[in-house]
Amino acid sequence: MVWSPLFMKIHEFQAKDILAGYGLPIPPGHVATTPEEARAAAERIGGTVVVKAQVLVGGRGKAGGVKLAATPDEAAEKAADILGMDIKGITVQRVLVAQAVDIATEIYLGVILDRTSKAITIMASAEGGVEIEEVARETPEKIHRVHVHPLAGYADYQGRQLAFDIGIPKDLSRDFARIVRTLVQALNDNDAELVEINPLVITEDGTIQCIDAKINLDDNALYRHKALAELRDHDEEEPAERAAREAGLSFVKLDGTIGCVVNGAGLAMATMDTIKLSGGSPANFLDIGGGARAESVENALRIILDDENVNAVLFNIFGGITRCDEVARGIVSALPSLSRQVPMVVRLVGTNQEEGREILREAGLVAADSMQAASQEVVRVAASPEASAL
Amino acid sequence: MSILVDENTRLLVQGITGREGTFHTEQMVHYGTQVVAGVTPGRGGQEACGVPVFNTVAQAVGETGANVSIIFVPGPFAPDAIIEAVDAGIPFVVCISEHIPVQDMLRVHHYVNIKGARLQGPNCPGLISPGKAKVGIMAGDIHIPGPVGVVSRSGTLTYEVVSHLTGQGVGQSTVVGIGGDPVIGTGFIDVLRMFEADPETEAVVMIGEIGGTDEEEAANFVKAHMTKPVVGFIAGRTAPPEKRMGHAGAIVSGGVGTAESKIAALQAAGVDVADFPREAALLAAKRILS
Repeated sequence: MVWSPLFMKIHEFQAKDILAGYGLPIPPGHVATTPEEARAAAERIGGTVVVKAQVLVGGRGKAGGVKLAATPDEAAEKAADILGMDIKGITVQRVLVAQAVDIATEIYLGVILDRTSKAITIMASAEGGVEIEEVARETPEKIHRVHVHPLAGYADYQGRQLAFDIGIPKDLSRDFARIVRTLVQALNDNDAELVEINPLVITEDGTIQCIDAKINLDDNALYRHKALAELRDHDEEEPAERAAREAGLSFVKLDGTIGCVVNGAGLAMATMDTIKLSGGSPANFLDIGGGARAESVENALRIILDDENVNAVLFNIFGGITRCDEVARGIVSALPSLSRQVPMVVRLVGTNQEEGREILREAGLVAADSMQAASQEVVRVAASPEASAL
Repeated sequence: MSILVDENTRLLVQGITGREGTFHTEQMVHYGTQVVAGVTPGRGGQEACGVPVFNTVAQAVGETGANVSIIFVPGPFAPDAIIEAVDAGIPFVVCISEHIPVQDMLRVHHYVNIKGARLQGPNCPGLISPGKAKVGIMAGDIHIPGPVGVVSRSGTLTYEVVSHLTGQGVGQSTVVGIGGDPVIGTGFIDVLRMFEADPETEAVVMIGEIGGTDEEEAANFVKAHMTKPVVGFIAGRTAPPEKRMGHAGAIVSGGVGTAESKIAALQAAGVDVADFPREAALLAAKRILS
């Protein structure tokens, strides 16, 4: 399923550490968590530095999270401004203090596992920088790409071709091609879904430097990269999303009022759509997974009710490998220990549905037959919580 | 008729002695699928669910003539199981396992193609030709034989649509769950092509999701090559865009992959797109009965 997180993001400084290990040209830099550390870092680097917020969300530059500093004192000042800053709901806890470079040209270079071409796709553009998505949208011909066949592997002509395509100066084309080759290597070695340098910079004095770096790791491959798995930043996970991940649930928090517990990602999305089309707003995406046990259902319910915006819950279960009696048992056993009571609408059909409904009946809950009827009912009770379905 | 599996299917189960493998083998046997062999390395010579277990796929194929394999082994071992199946000459492999690294799937995908075999999945519910063979984990009893072909990226959402078809008395020729992973074997277009060629299939329901461009490409195929009516449903219309794929994903797909783009592409291809899963079933029923 594409919508739940399939990959793990890591910070810029972590990505740069990995790429520096391959010998890529990266301006020297140090991580700081206090203004004093930032000052010390700037002293060690010397000259003008750039102080960059380390957060896992995009758009930090536009949010004021990236600033130049000409002196160590100024670096401390800028770090004081940025540390603690809120960027899209994330509090900045760390900055990267890096040597500033004189930029002549900004290039985009990205390597991605491409589901459409079933290959590793390398993308490059002479118009790199923060507006790259706009470039892709408005002038897609300015994004050049080559596909690396997974069985053939990377061929050196591919980097050369991209260098010609985007007009890399002749004396730098070798360096550029070596960076391309290295990024593909890093993607393969680390089971990354994405390795991106944006911008890759040609400096005023004619060298190439990687100014920013981004690596997304394939969640499903972390079992064979224990050290990389350690890089997960728990501080930046939504607490509810973390609790859900640890409970083996696929969960995305949204800002509505109706909590949803569904089995299967497609059905979970269709349930959110149906709630919205019925005039309500979903508080979350939640897939309890195939063959879920009563315990997963209990966990799901707790996580959802921790969200104070939630004033009604819809269960939409179509039992296949998931058994309706297990789900009903989970709901009923969670009830006494819940932090608060909200109306619940339960739609329960499929494997062992009669047993499941009987369990609900004994607990005073009524099961709905159809997904649309259940959605309309939950929208109604969410709008007037006193009209409890319980 | 039906597509891919029927009463002539001789099924091999890889990972037959695991928890999932055993449970679903029993269910498939109960449904009437001809399960002829199982494979669990080191368990050769034993029996599971009434079928002989072999150490290797090659041995199982040699002794039982298995022609379809279904895989239940854990994700990290599934790429190996797929390669073993196609090396043993199995022409159609259905991989139920989830959590397979994308890099592995890229290599396996191309290897399967080179060997001239077909892969369905991974991370899929399998497929069923009602009344003939169930090669998957779906509940068999919600299906009835009939003229509607169903192809879907989602598992339980498919059950939802199928149950409404059956509720209308409209049966299914074959229901294929292609899986939602980034890299899958059989895609929408492969299945649409087979439904178009299948004399028993009179209409098709296609169930998609946000992400990727498979639905857009399928819409182009429908426009150019399908004479049979197609009904569509796309899940994820209300999923907030900022939670979707990041930067490079957007650059690579150039703005397509949203529900709006998929729905527009399908409608432009003459596909009836439903707002609700039940409506998809009703639209298909109407196409069959009119």
